[in-house]
Amino acid sequence: MLGYREEEESLLEFISRMLGKESSSKNIAKERLRLVLVHDRSDISPQMLNSLKEDLIKVISNYMDIDESALEVNLSQEDREVALVANIPVIRMRRDYASKDKVQL
Amino acid sequence: MGDVIVVTSGKGGVGKTTTSANIGTGLAAAGHNVVLVDTDIGLRNLDVVMGLENRIVYDIVDVTSGNCRLRQALIKDKRYENLYLLPAAQTKDKTAVNPEQMKALALELKNEFDYAIIDCPAGIEQGFRNAIAGADRAIVVTTPEVSAVRDADRIIGLLEAADLKNPRLIINRIRPAMVKRGDMMDISDIMDILAIDLIGVVPDDESIVISTNRGEPAVSDNSSHAGEAYRRITRRIQGEEVPLMNLEAPDGFMDKVKKFFGMR
Repeated sequence: MLGYREEEESLLEFISRMLGKESSSKNIAKERLRLVLVHDRSDISPQMLNSLKEDLIKVISNYMDIDESALEVNLSQEDREVALVANIPVIRMRRDYASKDKVQL
Repeated sequence: MGDVIVVTSGKGGVGKTTTSANIGTGLAAAGHNVVLVDTDIGLRNLDVVMGLENRIVYDIVDVTSGNCRLRQALIKDKRYENLYLLPAAQTKDKTAVNPEQMKALALELKNEFDYAIIDCPAGIEQGFRNAIAGADRAIVVTTPEVSAVRDADRIIGLLEAADLKNPRLIINRIRPAMVKRGDMMDISDIMDILAIDLIGVVPDDESIVISTNRGEPAVSDNSSHAGEAYRRITRRIQGEEVPLMNLEAPDGFMDKVKKFFGMR
């Protein structure tokens, strides 16, 4: 007979889960969603990435001179990890850093 | 002034039209003057879900383009005389209406009704822009699937960008037995991901198919499980605090075995 049946899991499924053969599919779904949404959400607002870039420049400039025009900030995904990857060319270290009492943000 | 509520989802087939029909009918049953607006131009369906497909003379494009007056296009419901449908046009496409016209229409509807429920088409293009243009609040419908939740997330971002703050979430077609055995995301999983307030959870229920076959929304069927869920959502829309339905699956044989062995 055709037609679906969604009742309890069968004894076989239960045993295979107890033997640790597969994690529940709900957790797989959640993990995949988490990864895909990191990208989707970042696509919605390039402004966010831009203001992040500006903040990065502000902070790093306290320590070193950087080439702002060549600065790159992107999200990259490798297998199961999402990473924020920044490529920041350094022109020179700031000599006056040591003389400062406190870094001004 | 009435309230204009858009029902949207991004993904198709998650139950926007069914939700619109049930919410509208539920609000009418509670005594409010309600209009249902189908904005899915070219793919109209709210008329058949409401069982009103034989009574259409004019449609939303006739109204926005000035072919007829609003009153002429409104179709009175079979059961509730304080419930009306403004049907979509079937032979035109989504560019036949623009957001400015929709804003004007929404204003006109607000003057005549307590609630206007806007059934939004799937997608994020002009049909979506039209549907949300005149809305005061938004309800996002999703199902416990990766694709539907992803699209809901996108829609929430677009709604907020369009200044429709605090959209409310309906999680449709929950299957308690699947949730129980860990094969379906549950309410808290989806809320964690989408981070908006919940306004209701609707179980997957055969009675929805049957009520759609008949063209009579399940919310008026007291024996329908999904109908009960929609009755509660309707009360929440009116500002009442109502607890979520108990969607726990009853213990089956394997649950008893697991309990016996102390595994749950």
